[in-house]
Parts: sequence; structure tokens; C-alpha cells
Amino acid sequence: MVKNIKLIAVVFLVIVSFFILLKGLNKTNNYSPNLNSSNIDFNFKAKFLYSNEETTLYELINDKDFSLINIWASWCLPCRDEHPYLLNLNSLGKLNIIGINYKDSEVNAKKFIKELGNPYSKIVVDPSGVNSIELGAYGVPETILINNNSKTILKKYIGPLDDKKLAELKIIIKNEN
Amino acid sequence: MKIKILVLTIFYLIGSFNLSYAANSKKVDQISKNLRCLICQGQSVYDSQSDFALSMKILIQNKIDEGKNDEQIYDFLKSKYGEWIVYDPEINKNTVLLWVLPLILFVFGGILILRKVSIK
Repeated sequence: MVKNIKLIAVVFLVIVSFFILLKGLNKTNNYSPNLNSSNIDFNFKAKFLYSNEETTLYELINDKDFSLINIWASWCLPCRDEHPYLLNLNSLGKLNIIGINYKDSEVNAKKFIKELGNPYSKIVVDPSGVNSIELGAYGVPETILINNNSKTILKKYIGPLDDKKLAELKIIIKNEN
Repeated sequence: MKIKILVLTIFYLIGSFNLSYAANSKKVDQISKNLRCLICQGQSVYDSQSDFALSMKILIQNKIDEGKNDEQIYDFLKSKYGEWIVYDPEINKNTVLLWVLPLILFVFGGILILRKVSIK
């Protein structure tokens, strides 16, 4: 009887651990923090790419209803892939797209824009990466949609934009209006 | 004599500058050891050489220079990246098992041992 209980206990434990591990397999390993409107620091300071003036996020997001903050770099290959999507979004005319140039050289950044087109209304530089950390970003590319009126984050994408994300963004903008 | 004093003062200044600098970067190390590098999981920010971790170390240094204490820096990062960034998880409904389970196991094991001993 005692032996039986032991056997059952072991089998039970094995089955339980199996299902826990199985469930773990389906979970994504990418951790993303919860969106919280208070997480954006609008006082963050940065310099423009095309001039030496300093600005804050408050000044950057003042026109239009929505802002799209896009963190990019010329050395980042996925950023090249997502660039047409940003140009597409800019053609909608409803978005104020702000570029944050992450740990890049000024010359390469300007070359990148000249070569692929400029979807950004304003570009600021982040040579040390500190500004991106202040925005709660992980790296490049990363895109954050902000409602300018309520000053809240509506959506955040880690990684390059694609067809699916573009469609999703368009729906969000349409529904929020 | 004057030159001697001058040289000594210069050395003293360099020395004290180095000391304070070392103390400061030690603090960065200490804080960054308690932070999880989010894009290279399994490593701390201190261990990692990724862009994310390097920026994070600069940010910590900036915050120290601003006069923020450890607690304020951890809180700032938690507000940006959530609880996951620190290695020391707080007790909440998601982590309660993590904190309580070792205690339960400890008590359970103690009972087992006591019973074995008293049977003998």
C-alpha cells in the first residue's frame, strides 16, 4: 500500500511537471513591461539631428492628434526593412512621426535619411542611449504610439514594423478618432 | 621647497579625484549587478556588454551624479521596465508562491524528520 502511494505520487509529480513545462514552451520569452501612461517622461531632453538646439518631448508632440516615436539607427538592418512602413504611415497625414536616432554617427544617420526618405517630422539624437532608456525602450527598432491629447501610450512595438502591425496601427488611429 | 609642495598638492588632488571616481563607479557596479539585462536574459546589466546594458550603466552614473540614492534609481527603472528588471522580486500575488514555498518545504521537511526521529 505504501509503495503504491509512493508510485502514484511520483507519477503525479512527473505529469504535473510535464504540463508545467509544456505550458512554458508556448509562452513567449520576450518580456514586455505593462503599458502605463505615467511611464513616459515628457520632460526628456534631446538634441535635434539637423540643428544643435535642445528640445523636450513636450515640444515634440504638440501638433496633430497622435505621435509615433520611432527609435532607429543607420546600422540597424531591421530599421531599413521597416522604413517603407513609416513612409506609408506618414502619408496618412494623421501622425506626427518622431525619430530618435539611437547610438549613431551623424553622417551615417543623415545618409540613411537621404537614401531612404524622411518619414519623420522631427529627428532627435540619442548618442549614449540614455534617452531611449528613459522612454523604457529596449533597443532598435522600437515604435511607440502616443495619444497627444491624453498623453498616453496607446501601443508599443518592440522590433520592426510589418504588415500586421501597420494594419493594427491604422485601426487604432481610426478607432480613437 | 615650493616646488615640492606644489608637486605634492598635485599628486594629492589627482589621488583624491581618482578615489572619488572609483567610489562612484563602484556604486554603478553595485547597482547594475542587481539589474537584469532585459535583452540578454540570464545576465545582469553589470555582466552584459550589450547596447542596452551600456546605456543603462551611463544612466545609472548620471542618476548618481544627480544625487539620487539607490532606492530612487531602482524605483525609476521599475517604473520604466516593471518589476522584472530587479533581481529582488517584491511580494505580490504573482510572487507569493516563490517566497512562501521554501518556508512550507522547510516546515514540511522538519515535520518529516521529527516524525522519523520520534518513531525510532
